[in-house]
Amino acid sequence: MRTADGMPLKVSIARAMRRNKLMALALIAPLFFFILFSFLIPIFDMSLRSIDNSVIPDVLPKTVAALAEWDGEDLPPEDAFAALAADMKAGRESRDIGKVATRLNYELSGMRGTVMGSARKIAKVEEGPYKEAMIKADKDWSDPAVWQLLKRLSSPYTMGYYLNAIDMRFSPDGAIEAQPDFRQIYIDLFLRTFWMSILITGLTILLGYPIAHLMATMPLRYSNLLMILVLLPFWTSLLVRTTAWIVMLQSEGVLNDILVALGLFSDDARPQLVYNKIGTIVAMTHILLPFMVLPLYSVMKTIPPSYMRAARSLGANQATAFIRVYVPQTLSGIGAGSILVFILAIGYYITPALVGGTSGTLISNQIAYHMQQSLNWGLAAALGVILLATVIALYFLYNRVVGIDKMKLG
Amino acid sequence: MKKALRYTTVCLAGAATMAFAASVQAEELNVVSWGGAYTASQLKAYHQPYMKANPGVTLNSVDYSGGLAEVRAQSEAGNVTWDLVDVVVSDAIRGCDEGLFMEIDHDEMLAAAPDGTPATKDFLEGTLSDCFIPQIIYSTAFAYRTDAFKGEQPKTMADVFNLEKFPGKRTLQRAPINNLEWALIADGVSPSEVYDVLDTPEGVDRAFAKLGTIKDEVIWWTEGAVPAQLLADGEVVFGTGYNGRLFSAIEEEKQPLAIIWDGQVLDIDGWAIPSGGKNKDDVLKFVKFATDTQRLADQAKYISYGPARTSSLPLVGKHAELGIDMGPHMPTKYADQGFLTNFQWWADNRDELNERFEAWLQQ
Repeated sequence: MRTADGMPLKVSIARAMRRNKLMALALIAPLFFFILFSFLIPIFDMSLRSIDNSVIPDVLPKTVAALAEWDGEDLPPEDAFAALAADMKAGRESRDIGKVATRLNYELSGMRGTVMGSARKIAKVEEGPYKEAMIKADKDWSDPAVWQLLKRLSSPYTMGYYLNAIDMRFSPDGAIEAQPDFRQIYIDLFLRTFWMSILITGLTILLGYPIAHLMATMPLRYSNLLMILVLLPFWTSLLVRTTAWIVMLQSEGVLNDILVALGLFSDDARPQLVYNKIGTIVAMTHILLPFMVLPLYSVMKTIPPSYMRAARSLGANQATAFIRVYVPQTLSGIGAGSILVFILAIGYYITPALVGGTSGTLISNQIAYHMQQSLNWGLAAALGVILLATVIALYFLYNRVVGIDKMKLG
Repeated sequence: MKKALRYTTVCLAGAATMAFAASVQAEELNVVSWGGAYTASQLKAYHQPYMKANPGVTLNSVDYSGGLAEVRAQSEAGNVTWDLVDVVVSDAIRGCDEGLFMEIDHDEMLAAAPDGTPATKDFLEGTLSDCFIPQIIYSTAFAYRTDAFKGEQPKTMADVFNLEKFPGKRTLQRAPINNLEWALIADGVSPSEVYDVLDTPEGVDRAFAKLGTIKDEVIWWTEGAVPAQLLADGEVVFGTGYNGRLFSAIEEEKQPLAIIWDGQVLDIDGWAIPSGGKNKDDVLKFVKFATDTQRLADQAKYISYGPARTSSLPLVGKHAELGIDMGPHMPTKYADQGFLTNFQWWADNRDELNERFEAWLQQ
């Protein structure tokens, strides 16, 4: 069969199909490239930093080469000292030596001063022997542990940041050991972050379920009003709501004044409701509540009231009908709301930073700290990758148990 | 790897600077500072007179919240759009070590005092460092609510740590810096020996132990505006803060607060020039103007921070709006009761101590 212009029908259809496909691709292309360049590549790229260790091999190439032969016992031979001195002179010229100082300082406190100081002094030394000159510049170079550290960091990749992120470290001889007690924080923070996110998710279900149910079953004009009451805080700036909670909860604040006026607490024994865990839980539950209410509402809206009536007429009492007929139909809404709230909660950092005090801050606060203040981007990336991996793992678990196709957002 | 990493920093820097990157021309300079009353004092004392004298130059004032993250991102991306940054001296040292900031030849690049004293002799001793041009000396000190205690009022650092004599909540910065020094001073160490003691592991343990005695009564702050707010609300009875913020709470807002100058930690703030910027000559011209004797003295009309030049000190007069004499509010007047922070020591040790401090907080 042929079309009017004499082309075989098969070819003509295939051409039309291809055109449609290209059109469809062209339509999603902007979004695809936007997500690729502004989301996927940066995430991938940032995560590379968690294993990147290129500073030492790049800036100290001669030292790395000289240390390759060294057996790691006692002090390295003179040529390693000479190589380090030469690398330091070059690094001072190119102003890269400071990066080495920063990198070593992450591993061993005080190395910044050692490296910068000896680089300054060794620049004036014209000829060897360099061993004495280096040790004279800073006595740290007579410590084999410092050289072992340099040798260990010779590879362009490192697992050190990941170890640090789970409260472990390399000992000077390269074995993996626990951080000293007074530096162990990240495991606790991860656990706290998960635990509090689960708690907050549970609280939003408890609080959100009745609201959503009420909105779904009320006459339209009342439910619209309720909807506005849900949406209004949702549209209000996060910072405004967080600071409003500070005003509410602080010990001279509104809530405490009421509690004291009611005689529940005496004036000098006001409960501490903010700058701790309680503050974070209250404020985050409030902020994330709409993310639970909206999917629940959209699911409940579609459940015909006749199902409940049918259950009642078949002999179930109100509670049984509700639990066995109504609730199972809302599970997809609970699932969608939970996954939304949980994933948002796990990455929150402004609210915990403002109201969390010391007991209510989450892992993201440490990530932000390492991004902005300590500039240890490698550690920040490692912490971020662990967080991201956990979220992805939970997502697959959710898919396995509940099924992601059952998730319903509206 | 390196090339790949560059991409992130391009993105980071792009996001940070997109707002004004397009509009940058030769005679426009992006000057970055801390915002609030502090930037306002710089605008009045430096920017406005400079733009008046040089009609061709526009100074864009940009706010940031401190730290080196943006400067590092711009530098790694090879697209430096910040021409001048206001930094604390410990960040200036770290940035200088990493090659983020341009090295300064102080006598060459800065104005001499009116009597001809070169800059290196005129700036207060110990304030100059390789990439850093000092502007002000500020201090972090304790303030307390004057209505909180009947009878004797707290005067010393030991009083701040004395919960029996002066009960109530305190607010301290959520960082080991300054707090460890104060803990040792309250424990009987003299300010001149603080860093010698801190340099030993036992000294650090001792400082944390002393800090632990008030830990349960502490609310930790991270933003400079918070302590004055907590004090004003009556949420705490003691709080540490920057003396300029405390000054404005006391003199402008008339809060019932008083500063304890004992043990105040003096610190320095000033300019650093990101290396790799495109307008180096214009920036240097502005910096030379903005750090001369008269300009530094002018800034003290608007905020109670001490000028970093000896020759500026006699020129400090009255507050521009309140009309009060600024001399008694300058931290430098009480310098002998406090001490200058050891920024080199902190540049070397802050990463380790910050981690330890955070872990200590969780325990």
